[in-house]
Amino acid sequence: MMGFVLRRLLQMIPTILAVVLIIFFIFSVVPGSFLTSLMSEGRNMTNADVLAQMNAQFGLDDPIPVRLWNYVSGLLQFDLGISYRTREPVTSVLAPRLWPSIQLAIAAMTFAAAVGIPLGFMAALRPGSLFDSLTMVTAVSGLSVPEFWLGLLLMYVFALQLGWLPSFGYQENSLRHLILPAVALGVSPMALLARTTRAGVLDVMNADFVRTARAKGVSEPRLVRAHITRNVLVLVLTTMGLQIGSLMGQAIVIEKLFSWPGIGSLLVDSVSVRDIPVVQGAVLVIVLWFLVINMLVDIAYALIDPRIKVA
Amino acid sequence: MRFNFMFGLFLVSIVVLAALLAGVLAPFDPIMDADLMSSELPPGAPHWMGTDAQGRDVLSRILYGARVSLLVGVVSQLINSTIGAALGISAGYFGGVWDDFVNGLTNVMLAIPSLVFALAIMAVLGPGLPSLLIALGLTNWSWTCRIARGSTLSLKSQSFVLAAKAAGFSDWNIMRTQILPNIVGPLLVIGTLGIGSAVLAEAALSFLGIGIRPPTPSWGNMLTDARELLRTAPWAAIFPGLAIFVTVLGFNLLGDGLRDMLDPHMRTRRA
Amino acid sequence: MNHGQRHDANPDPILSVRDLRVQIGRKGPQILHGVSLDILPGETYGLVGESGSGKSVTGLSIMGLLKRPLNVSTGTIHYQDQNLLKLGPRARRRLRGDLIAMIFQEPMTALNPVASIGTQIAEMFVIHRGMDWTTARQRAVEALDSVQVPSPEERARAYPHQLSGGMRQRVMIAIALACRPDLLIADEPTTALDVTVQAGVLKLIDELCRAEGTAVLLVSHDLGVIANMCQRVGVMDRGRLIEEQDTAALFANPLHPYTRGLLAARPRLGSRVEGGRKRLTELDEIVPQGARGHDSPTLVTPREVRARATGAPA
Repeated sequence: MMGFVLRRLLQMIPTILAVVLIIFFIFSVVPGSFLTSLMSEGRNMTNADVLAQMNAQFGLDDPIPVRLWNYVSGLLQFDLGISYRTREPVTSVLAPRLWPSIQLAIAAMTFAAAVGIPLGFMAALRPGSLFDSLTMVTAVSGLSVPEFWLGLLLMYVFALQLGWLPSFGYQENSLRHLILPAVALGVSPMALLARTTRAGVLDVMNADFVRTARAKGVSEPRLVRAHITRNVLVLVLTTMGLQIGSLMGQAIVIEKLFSWPGIGSLLVDSVSVRDIPVVQGAVLVIVLWFLVINMLVDIAYALIDPRIKVA
Repeated sequence: MRFNFMFGLFLVSIVVLAALLAGVLAPFDPIMDADLMSSELPPGAPHWMGTDAQGRDVLSRILYGARVSLLVGVVSQLINSTIGAALGISAGYFGGVWDDFVNGLTNVMLAIPSLVFALAIMAVLGPGLPSLLIALGLTNWSWTCRIARGSTLSLKSQSFVLAAKAAGFSDWNIMRTQILPNIVGPLLVIGTLGIGSAVLAEAALSFLGIGIRPPTPSWGNMLTDARELLRTAPWAAIFPGLAIFVTVLGFNLLGDGLRDMLDPHMRTRRA
Repeated sequence: MNHGQRHDANPDPILSVRDLRVQIGRKGPQILHGVSLDILPGETYGLVGESGSGKSVTGLSIMGLLKRPLNVSTGTIHYQDQNLLKLGPRARRRLRGDLIAMIFQEPMTALNPVASIGTQIAEMFVIHRGMDWTTARQRAVEALDSVQVPSPEERARAYPHQLSGGMRQRVMIAIALACRPDLLIADEPTTALDVTVQAGVLKLIDELCRAEGTAVLLVSHDLGVIANMCQRVGVMDRGRLIEEQDTAALFANPLHPYTRGLLAARPRLGSRVEGGRKRLTELDEIVPQGARGHDSPTLVTPREVRARATGAPA
């Protein structure tokens, strides 16, 4: 088992390196730096001495390979560079943003699972029924709706009209602030889970071993509970895991809409002022989150499904 | 589910017609007819979807916005499909180091959420239509590539491809005339679904202020303004979002319907 | 390999099927056109026929496991003195596995992939005998031992994918016979298995059922299997039982033209195929046109045949 985990960890390294390279080159090769963008915004940066001093401070005078080398070797010591805007280390800019983002992702997934899995299950138990059709309509709608529009609508109804929930902002340990953004973000994974669960249950119900269980005299409730659920669980957990992994990236618009102080809104803000080290750091965090969750899903998969060899 | 396909086709046709006929159908100019005297009017004649903060007609702006959405959706997906198909087919066909490289690249692309990637590219290129086409066209080809590669691998060893090889066709010719036509179906399905995601992504980037810049109307940037008006003029938020929803729903249904029609296995599973 | 006791005292049948008709949906085509057969206690009854002749559907009907849209339209299935088709779903379920058990053709997919072998056997004792899981698992190991699975304690902890096809079919037999049923329905139990393990599995079924006095309804398209295992044989063709005889009599003197075709189509060990393909008998060529007509297959009794042969009215 430890060997399996270790191998999965090692497999992540080339991907991470490639991501770092891609992000680095996108921002290095193309003309127009943070400093010139500051100047274009009319800030008091036109002084050539100041410019030269800043270029030296951020190492922008060095040739690209040197800068890349410096960046990667810094990375190995968990040094992501210094924010152009705040002059703080990027790690300390990112750190406070991490927990709100994780909170949002988990809350959205909780909503998605709590609604999507039962919906898919019940739809599959009565295929072709009105309930089934309605669930599938809900699912395809959930996958088509722009989540920030849904967020706006939720904001309008539950915050502005009914006044039940705050319309935006973040407070530590405040569930009330979490609900609207989590629901808006959770609708698309909810729809996907409903679809996956339904397809999975239908698939399993037609499997030979379900006929065997019936021939054994297993009751229908026990059949669903002990035989079908366990087999569908593998599929559902995989989908859930992959969704949580990509939720941090999907959340950027919702975070911005609800003024949620997560990685996503940090990314958007840093992009608009070209604070490249922070942008790189934020992208790296989002990718790492995806990769780590994927790895955990693989491990969980191996634990649940005896067919996967863990050697 | 033939119904899916027909309904999707219906929705998409409406949007295409709206985009083509925006100049004829729109009762007002989407940009120039700003009139602060008639700002934030609720829906009713002559502004059937109300007006925004600058007094511009929401309906007219939505009709013109359809042009931007469809243009970005279709063109960027075409770029994605081309990249994905080219990489996928060549990787599956040639195998070896090239295949490993493409595979690795695809895994990296899957790890970076495409919206995040597009955001980063937009940050470098700056806002505007051309940057949007590039940013969205370069970031969402990984699924196309995977499908193309997988299908090519299974086609490669089939007799008609081997026969073409034996007949001395060049690799390029075989890929173009023997393999590509046989994987057009799945590519079409992914492409159709991809247009939907591209429309969503364009709206999201424009909403964040780094896509289509105002005053050019785009459904996404209309929602940016609408956020501030939510209390006083909710219609300015409802209708543009509805337009995005209907468009994406149309392409998703169309894609699902196509898949059901092309893949009999999936159809029986649903029945 | 025949069972010791024959139906000498002509005991009451353990299972009695009368005029069983199965169709697709309410108004769809019929699959079974009135099948009637009796299974005597402890006997092995073979049901042969081509695929699609309704052998498996007959077995599944007895179990009450027909999948929609298939359903029984008329007929009776008497087990002891109750009509199974009149029983409620609960009562039917209690019988299933406990008194009437079934094993299937596909051992690769017939077991739950995410439950251990031991659990799947133990489940029988839990649902039908009300045992707790700990005791049931111990009994499961014994059951594995009785189907001659080597190192049963270890195998009980294994999962289906870790076992070979033959081993899995032994597990299926252990499950089916766990509660010592009166009747075992074996639907092509060895068809999907490697030829080398087929004989062993059949021998196991035969021995265990003989020891417990369990009657077997053996569904197979393989006449060799039927000849070795069964006392009596029923021949099915397109949803009808067209002939029923003692095994020896059937092979010596097939009455129905279709049966003769079936026997002729059987590749015999040692018989050389001459002139390639042409010599392999196709059923359609052998069976006379009339006999393959749509509603021609009827049950032929020895008396009828004699009557036909002598030209006298039946």
